[in-house]
Amino acid sequence: MSKKQNKEGLILSPRTARMKLSDTIAKNIFLFCAMISVFATIGIVLSLVIDSSGFFGKVSLKDFLTGTEWTPLFADPRFGVLPLVAGTVVITVISAIISLPVGLLTAVYLSEYAPHKVRTIIKPFIEILAGIPSIVYGFFALTWITPILQKLMPQTEIFNALSAGIAVGIMTIPLVSSLSEDALRAVPDSLRQGALALGATKLEMSMGVVVKAAISGIAASFVLAISRAIGETMIVTIAAGARPNFTLNPLQSVQTMTAFIVQVSQGDNPQGSVGFYSLFAVGLLLFVITLGLNIISNKIVKKYRYEL
Amino acid sequence: MKDNIRYRKIKNKMFHIFILAITCLAILVLFVLVWDMLSKGLKTLDWQFLTSYPSMFAKKAGILPALVGSIYIILLTILFAVPVGLATAVYLEEYAKDNGFTRFIKINISNLSGTPSIVFGLLGLAIFVKFFGLGRSVIAGALTMALVVLPTVIVSSQEALKAVPQYLRHGSFAMGATKWQTIRKIVIPSALPGVLTGVILAISRALGESAPLLIVGAFSYVAFLPKDIFDSFMTLPIQIYLWIGQPKAEFREIASTGIIVLLILLLGINSIAIFLRNKYQKNID
Amino acid sequence: MITNMKRTVSAVAIAISMTFISACGSTNSGSGLTGTIKIDGSSTVFPITQAVVENFNYANRDVRIPVGVAGTGGGMKKFINGEIDICNASRPITDSEKETAKKNGIEYVEFKVAYDGISVVVNKSNNWINNISTEDLKKVWEPNSKIKKWSDLNPSYPNAEIKLYGPGMDSGTTEYFTEVINGQKMAIRKDYTPSEDDNVLIQGVRGEKYSMGYFGYAFYYENKDDLKVLGISSPNNAVVGPSFDTIKNGTYKPLGRPLFIYVNKKSMEQECIKEFLKYYFEGSKEHITEVGYVPLDDYSAEIAKIK
Repeated sequence: MSKKQNKEGLILSPRTARMKLSDTIAKNIFLFCAMISVFATIGIVLSLVIDSSGFFGKVSLKDFLTGTEWTPLFADPRFGVLPLVAGTVVITVISAIISLPVGLLTAVYLSEYAPHKVRTIIKPFIEILAGIPSIVYGFFALTWITPILQKLMPQTEIFNALSAGIAVGIMTIPLVSSLSEDALRAVPDSLRQGALALGATKLEMSMGVVVKAAISGIAASFVLAISRAIGETMIVTIAAGARPNFTLNPLQSVQTMTAFIVQVSQGDNPQGSVGFYSLFAVGLLLFVITLGLNIISNKIVKKYRYEL
Repeated sequence: MKDNIRYRKIKNKMFHIFILAITCLAILVLFVLVWDMLSKGLKTLDWQFLTSYPSMFAKKAGILPALVGSIYIILLTILFAVPVGLATAVYLEEYAKDNGFTRFIKINISNLSGTPSIVFGLLGLAIFVKFFGLGRSVIAGALTMALVVLPTVIVSSQEALKAVPQYLRHGSFAMGATKWQTIRKIVIPSALPGVLTGVILAISRALGESAPLLIVGAFSYVAFLPKDIFDSFMTLPIQIYLWIGQPKAEFREIASTGIIVLLILLLGINSIAIFLRNKYQKNID
Repeated sequence: MITNMKRTVSAVAIAISMTFISACGSTNSGSGLTGTIKIDGSSTVFPITQAVVENFNYANRDVRIPVGVAGTGGGMKKFINGEIDICNASRPITDSEKETAKKNGIEYVEFKVAYDGISVVVNKSNNWINNISTEDLKKVWEPNSKIKKWSDLNPSYPNAEIKLYGPGMDSGTTEYFTEVINGQKMAIRKDYTPSEDDNVLIQGVRGEKYSMGYFGYAFYYENKDDLKVLGISSPNNAVVGPSFDTIKNGTYKPLGRPLFIYVNKKSMEQECIKEFLKYYFEGSKEHITEVGYVPLDDYSAEIAKIK
């Protein structure tokens, strides 16, 4: 019986050799599984790029990115994606106006001001807000927010961007709040003590010193919230509308990139049809935008991280 | 000088009240939301609702296929996502060296977790539905959702593995075990509670996601229970979405009833997670 | 510690699987019929098919019938590709679709199901308009239409922007409407809110004061309290509004039309589909009227086609 040898030339018993073999097999299985996430990303990029290439074979990139009419399914189609982007932008801006300040101030309160007891009561509620599925927010927007808006401003359409934007904003408050809070808590206490020792009020200390020190984490949370708002689908599909509308008026019906994807995917899209391709072209644009934002967020954290 | 201090002190007090008010406002919205759902939907919540099929008459309609479809999809999703996610975490925590390749994998995972779920829906449509020819079926939906929750499972498994004390590993090596034996018999069992918490978080996320399954599934009227993994399906969020789309007020009501069922399910699952997490904390203390 | 957890986990898993299995297994089949029938297509015909499927399922729980609403065009694409068994259609199959079906070896049978009158609706609060002529309709809906406000159409109308809602490009309703009103199939202005989901259109018109929309009569009928339907006048006809009688006796012109379902001949060989079709034509008169359309007087010709 030939004896196996390991690296150092020592002779291994058959049992040890088996154990070593299963060790290697196990390691490779784990490595393969780890690669699955890489395959997934490759899969996303490939499917988006390949299926959009059919689109960009017919439509120039310039027309796509600068055109202001999006009517790809009509008899005389136009492929300017700007109306969808405008819809997404309007809703994202509205949601940021709500979620960024409220999220940050809530984080400041929980991190710097709240007594321990209050914090243990309030924090779970914020986490519950985060756990509510987006479809519930969509329903809330359509049945609660929109009627109120229509009473206040009668020219508000039944499907409008403001209502959806508000709902998306509320939904992303917990994201900003918990990430910012983590960033604030990571600031060493010595800075707080130092500021107070120099005679600062709590307000001056928290906003002037701690927030500034945690700015990289806070900025990262802002970017992530915006990225989340851009990718939000259900709320905008239910409440914002189905009409691509190149406008900045939030009281009008708009269609976002995500809502368009949902709308077209409900019908039949045989491979090779313009509908199928437009689906992926918009999906590719969406992916590129959110990917870009995520990269920016990572860079911000690295670059502006406060190092003691 | 004195005035300046007073002014600053007042500003400080105002600020304190202001941010307290804002925080309470955020929570108030939560209460308004829940109250709105309950007031609209509670009265139709009964056993008949849970066991009936959808109907053109709101009074007769129920969420049985949606509920069963959701459970079916989630079980399959977990079946795919947990082994792969745990294996990935094991690789990253136990085997991987700190080199460019490992960083590449980590960046990938972080990108995936930041990708909008609808993009996964497109991936599912292109690859699982069309390319693999699985059609608009349960398995296509489950594979898609598995990718959506994979980053969540990986990250929480990583946390769980990190929490396993090093001395356990060292003790095992000292007794002559190989790496795989150590992982299999010592590390993973100790990390299991933490992994389970991650699984439950993933379930929680998968339950509430509608966008990817809308893209992959897309049926208007499914009044039956899926008989196998190649069958069409309906899930709770999608059924709610279809009811919301109906103009009649009664359908709005049962949409909120459906939402109540969804929220109760989520509450239950998350409570299990919190309970397990606390139990685990006690055990290692 | 670990065994306890294992026990809890297995208990939970068993509980879940048991609820699931019992829910799956508790099918009150009634009859022994099994099978799957895939239906897709027109959103106009959908309410009829849904009513029929729902009632058919009470007696035949084991026949699984998913129904989609991809629009007549979308449904047809699937149908001539052999992907579905039955296509709901609010317009007859086109010549090019016939050709593709032939190429793919798909044989089918056409069944007439009911009569519909496409209804033009406006928001309920508009009491300054009761009728509209086909010429005016064309002015509003034609491609590159110059009409932006109601007052553009008629100076006595309000000076407010018209918000338009209608089915999209996969819709048989749009195809029929454009052919009859604008003179050419699928020729329509581009700046309206298109949706294959009629519920979106209903919600839109209901919520917008100065809106106008068009869809199948059943959708107006179901939401009579929230919408106002306009009478249609055309060059040769006086004003006539859609109703059960005017659609039935053909006086609702030019927007009255028949509704069809197309059935794959090969699929029809299956027992479950034969029974389903029999039920469709024997038992559906009341469903059709309930939903808001006009049933045929006599379905025996259609029933005879079931082989």
